[in-house]
Amino acid sequence: MSRRILGPFNRVEGDLNITLDFADGKVSAARVTAPLFRGFERILLGREPLDALAIVPRICGICSVSQSVAAAHALSQLYGITPPANGQRVLNLIHAVENIADHLSHFYLFFMPDFARADYQSHAWHGETLARFQAQRGSAVAPMLEARAILMRFMGSLAGHWPHTLCLQPGGVTKVVSAAERVRLQQWLRSFRRFLEQRTFGQPLEAIAALDSQAALEHYRLETPAADFAHFLHLAAQLQLHQLGRSYDHFIAAAAYAGPDGPWSPAGLWQQGVSQPLPLEQISEDNHRSWLAGDGPSAPLHTDTVPLPDKAEGYSWSKAPRVAGLAAETGALARGLLRGEPLLSEMVASAGGNVLSRVVARLTEVARIVPLMEHWLAALQLEQPFQQPCPASPQHSSAVGLTEAARGMLGHWVTLDAGRISRYQIIAPTTWNFSPRDSKELPGPLEKALEGVDASDPQALQVQHIVRSFDPCQVCTTH
Amino acid sequence: MASKNKRLLWLQSGGCGGCTLSLLNTDAPSLFTTLADIGIELVWHPSFAEQSLDEAMQLLQRLADGREALDMLCLEGSVMTGAAGRFHLLPDGQSMSTLIEQLARRAGQVIAVGTCAAYGGISAAGDNLTGAVGLDYTGNHPGGLLGGNFHAAGGLPVVNISGCPTHPGWVLETLALLAADSLHASDLDPLGRPRFYADKLVHHGCDKNEFYEFKASATAPGQMGCLMEYVGCKGTQAHADCNSRGWNGEGSCLTGGYPCINCTAPDFADPGHGFFSTPQVAGFPVGLPTDMPKAWFVALSTLSKSATPARVRQNATRDRLTVPPSLPKKGKA
Repeated sequence: MSRRILGPFNRVEGDLNITLDFADGKVSAARVTAPLFRGFERILLGREPLDALAIVPRICGICSVSQSVAAAHALSQLYGITPPANGQRVLNLIHAVENIADHLSHFYLFFMPDFARADYQSHAWHGETLARFQAQRGSAVAPMLEARAILMRFMGSLAGHWPHTLCLQPGGVTKVVSAAERVRLQQWLRSFRRFLEQRTFGQPLEAIAALDSQAALEHYRLETPAADFAHFLHLAAQLQLHQLGRSYDHFIAAAAYAGPDGPWSPAGLWQQGVSQPLPLEQISEDNHRSWLAGDGPSAPLHTDTVPLPDKAEGYSWSKAPRVAGLAAETGALARGLLRGEPLLSEMVASAGGNVLSRVVARLTEVARIVPLMEHWLAALQLEQPFQQPCPASPQHSSAVGLTEAARGMLGHWVTLDAGRISRYQIIAPTTWNFSPRDSKELPGPLEKALEGVDASDPQALQVQHIVRSFDPCQVCTTH
Repeated sequence: MASKNKRLLWLQSGGCGGCTLSLLNTDAPSLFTTLADIGIELVWHPSFAEQSLDEAMQLLQRLADGREALDMLCLEGSVMTGAAGRFHLLPDGQSMSTLIEQLARRAGQVIAVGTCAAYGGISAAGDNLTGAVGLDYTGNHPGGLLGGNFHAAGGLPVVNISGCPTHPGWVLETLALLAADSLHASDLDPLGRPRFYADKLVHHGCDKNEFYEFKASATAPGQMGCLMEYVGCKGTQAHADCNSRGWNGEGSCLTGGYPCINCTAPDFADPGHGFFSTPQVAGFPVGLPTDMPKAWFVALSTLSKSATPARVRQNATRDRLTVPPSLPKKGKA
């Protein structure tokens, strides 16, 4: 057996190292290390509950709004208030902007540049990939950034700025939208839609959202070869990316984008084609292999975060979250499966969660969310309130705020004592996906996905593709 | 031309990556085009570089050893000095703080991007078990990783582009000035911040200035009135040009309806009171404008409150304009 330590991984948000053991030339075991710890769960202690709104977005520069949404959900429960419909719609808009901007940044800036590497220059598709997706220099990069900046104007208008807004409050949002502002927002969204339809997809968003089978996806690829998404599908087929990076095929998601008729994407746990409601009380954190005090599974509402840098068994600053003892994968693919999307259900039925299906889930979600944003904007009742007043004191002493970041389920477990935060436990999407082993030595989802992979080349490119297919956010992971 | 480009290395440590993500918001033109235009070659960046794993580590080591020239080092995030550096380790077991120090002592110019890298910032808040510090400051005081009297090989102290997050313009304009050797020590304020944005106050150009003038105050975030008296706003003390240069096109904390929390200040994350409330002493808010005699503030605000137009007073506690300004009376100018 030989061992190889890989790192630092870049084009992942934050820091990541991976230790691989090999047997017969393939990975026999992977240990995923989150090497940076800041301690936000401690930074929050003793503060006034609303102060969480200023602290938690700063956990992460790429999931900043998601952190705010999770805190605002928890605070809504603690203060016993519900945002009015306008407040919910504006929150959804701000959250959707972050999520789809993240999806695009991931695809264009973090994931695709690996296929432009010289390692692939013998492939017929490589010349085009290099021209389009080379890190920083590819022809697709500047147009994407320009489109992204126009979309981000939503943040200036609705949220003051991005990242790290304070506009999301337990009673709604601090920004009232005027008719003239809505006109501007709609124009920016039309502009962003044009970019997606011309460059990313090459077809109307509705046509992408209507792709309901692998056959339809293949037909799209052949029909629209110039689109960036189709180009990816082409090289994915050549490289058999659907055979890479399969994990447990247990998927977990929180509810995303609340509305009067329920959330757009439901919470739940998905196993072997069957969805069940999210068993919230069966979520635990296990610190056995973490440089943190504690060992076996422990309920987040009753866990404290105490760093132990010298803990001998530890190999990561990440906790190991489990649901009913399972290591579960979260992200756009989990959301799609829980919504019962036919294309994603068929892809997972045939080859599980893998590099291809994760990327397809992310990009097709972009095509679905932009029309939703158009709907939320049109549905704003401009003369109605956007926020309910927040009572002077909290009405309850514990709450769980859940939401979906771009990269999956995010939860804040908050406990108050005498009006102050006495415990604040966070389980972020990549805490799920990139968790270390637990006290039963069960590997985390990425650790599982790397087993059996060929990592003999100097760059371990297959490992890099698998890692980035999860769209990891390591600053959130350990927070 | 290429040989004249300044070689810039960007590293991240105890932070959130938000200053990089904010930098990506720059739009005229977009980031990589701008960097090329101002004569900067991005040697490596954790979010954007192609090189990963061993090839990245070897590059960092060559730069740290001086085998490759390094003109500019940008650090984003605090330096994690606690537990002998164990709160941020590189894959070879070396602490990140050691590598950062080696690189800072090689680089021609050293730039702290964001309040974390400058002073410790939010990562140093609370009990700071991780020993998070800035490059050359520990909070308000000189110190940090580099000891407090550091000058880079090019002669400048650490340039502290503080802000949580930083505005993309603050970063790119500082880098452009540095690349052109046009930023001098006298262009930095006493906390090492570029004066072009730090000599302004968030108060300047604030949308709410008429409410401030008449002390017509909001009582909660989201109301139109001034947020200073009750809602924790520190715009009159905060050094930044947020209300004279838009964020994401046209925004600022104040146009978003919530208070400035003075995120360019070293200790903003531990204000000693709730972020959404203003402590009061004898009915007046503490933390008045720093260069205004308190007695004058009290006298002026008492006077201005008595002169507040009904329009301003009524709008102050509403979420939107309720009473519009009146038109000049007919026959008068």
